[in-house]
Amino acid sequence: MRELPVQDIVDTVAKLCIDACHKLPPDLIAGFHQAVAQEISPLGKSVLLKLIDNDRIAREQNVPVCHDTGLTIVYVSLGQEVHVVGGAFQEAIQAGVRKGYAEGYMRKSVVGDPLLRVNTNDNTPAVVHTEIVPGDRLHITVLPKGGGSENWSTMKFLLPGEGAEGVKKFVLDAINTAGGAACPPLTVGVGIGGSFDKVTEIAKKAILRDIGIHHQAPHIAALERELLEDINRTGIGPQGYGGVSTALWVAVETYACHITALPVAVNIQCHAGRRASAEI
Amino acid sequence: MTTHYLTTPLTDAVINTLVVGDEVNLSGVIYMARDAAHKRFVELIQQGQPLPIDLTGQVVFYGGPCPTKPGHVFGVVAPTSAYRMDPYATVLFDHGLKGAIGKGNRGPAMRESCKKNTAICFSAIGGISATLLSCIRSAELVAYEDLKTEAVQRLVVENFPLLVTNDAAGRDLYEEQVAIYKKKLAV
Repeated sequence: MRELPVQDIVDTVAKLCIDACHKLPPDLIAGFHQAVAQEISPLGKSVLLKLIDNDRIAREQNVPVCHDTGLTIVYVSLGQEVHVVGGAFQEAIQAGVRKGYAEGYMRKSVVGDPLLRVNTNDNTPAVVHTEIVPGDRLHITVLPKGGGSENWSTMKFLLPGEGAEGVKKFVLDAINTAGGAACPPLTVGVGIGGSFDKVTEIAKKAILRDIGIHHQAPHIAALERELLEDINRTGIGPQGYGGVSTALWVAVETYACHITALPVAVNIQCHAGRRASAEI
Repeated sequence: MTTHYLTTPLTDAVINTLVVGDEVNLSGVIYMARDAAHKRFVELIQQGQPLPIDLTGQVVFYGGPCPTKPGHVFGVVAPTSAYRMDPYATVLFDHGLKGAIGKGNRGPAMRESCKKNTAICFSAIGGISATLLSCIRSAELVAYEDLKTEAVQRLVVENFPLLVTNDAAGRDLYEEQVAIYKKKLAV
C-alpha cells in the first residue's frame, strides 16, 4: 500500500487545469497544420492559421487559449494499492479545480443550480469519473469542456437493424445541425452501445484519444474513416465559413449492449480540444 | 470582398456599404453583453423603462471574459455563440442597436431584422481569445456587476478583426459559403 497525501492530488489537479487551458495538446496542433495543407477555402485556411497563432500567443502570455474554460471533467484511475491520506479524495479533486481556476485566471462558468442559475464563482463542482484499477499509481486527466460545442452533443436509441448506416446518419445529422456554432474544426467523439448513461460516457472519453489514432477494431476504424470523410463533405468548414476542414478527427468507442438496443451518442468538441494528464 | 476600417457608432450609410464576406477592422466603443444582460435589456424595453446604456447606433459584443490577469487591460475573450441571442437581438435592433458581434450562424429572424433595421451581424473567430485581447485598449464596467463574467462592459477596441456574416440586404455568409463547398465536395 502506498500512501498518497491529498495535497498532492489538489496540486496536480490545479496544475492540470491550468496546463490544459493555457496550451493545446501537440496532436491537435499537428491536426491544425494538416488541415491548413488540405483546406481549399481561403476563409477556412485563414481561420486555421489564426488558431495556430492563438495557441502561440496564449503560451507566450500564460493566458487561456479560449475564454470558455469550461465545465471541468476529471477522469481518475485510482490504483487499488494507493491509500489516500490527509483528507477526502473527492473533495481534493474539487479543491484542485478551485485552485487551478483561480491561479490560472480562468473563467468561472458553472452555475450551482441549473434553474436558479447562480454562479458558484470557483468553477466547482467538476464532473468526476473515478475507476479503481490495479497498481499503486493515481492517473488523472482533466478535460475542460466548453459550452458552445457541448450544447450540440446528442444521443439516441437506434433500432439494432439500423446498424452502421444508421449510426452514420445520426452523426451526420448532429454535425449539420451544429453547423458553425460548435466552433469547427471539430473533434467528434462517438459512443455506440452500452446503456443510456454508458453511451454518453464513452462518447466523451473518445474525444480524449489523440488525433491520428484509430480504434483497434478494424470495422470501427473503418467507420471512423468513413465518418470523417462524410463530415468533411458537409461543406461547413472552419467556423462554418465553408471548407473541407469541418472535423480534424472522429473517434468511436463501443461497449456491449442489450439485444434490443443500439444506443448512439455524439459528443462534439470544438477546435479548442483541451486536455492534460498526469500520473502520481 | 473589401476590407473596411470603421469606427463606432455605425450609421445607416456605412452599414449599407457592408457586404457579407467583407472584413471589418472595428475601432471605438463596443458594449460587451450576452445572455443574462440581453434578458434584462428586453425586460426593461417591455416595461417601457430606459436601458442602463444608450444602444442607439452602437455595436454589442457577445462576450464573457476570463478574469483580468495583473498587467493586462482585460481578460481574454472571444465571442460566444450568437444564435442564443437571436430572440433578444431582434428587439434590440428594433430599438436602435446597429450591430452585433458573435460567432456562428444565426436564425432567419436575424436576417429579416438586419434588413428591416439596416443593421449588421459580424462574426469574430470563436476561441481566439488570447489573440483578441491585444485589440482591447480599455474596459469599464457599466451595468449589472452581479452578473460577473456576463456583466455589461464598455470596451474601447482598436482594429477588432471581424467578418460581415449577415448584411443589411438580408444575405447570410454561412449559408452561402457552406452551400458552395457542399456542392464542390459532393460525390
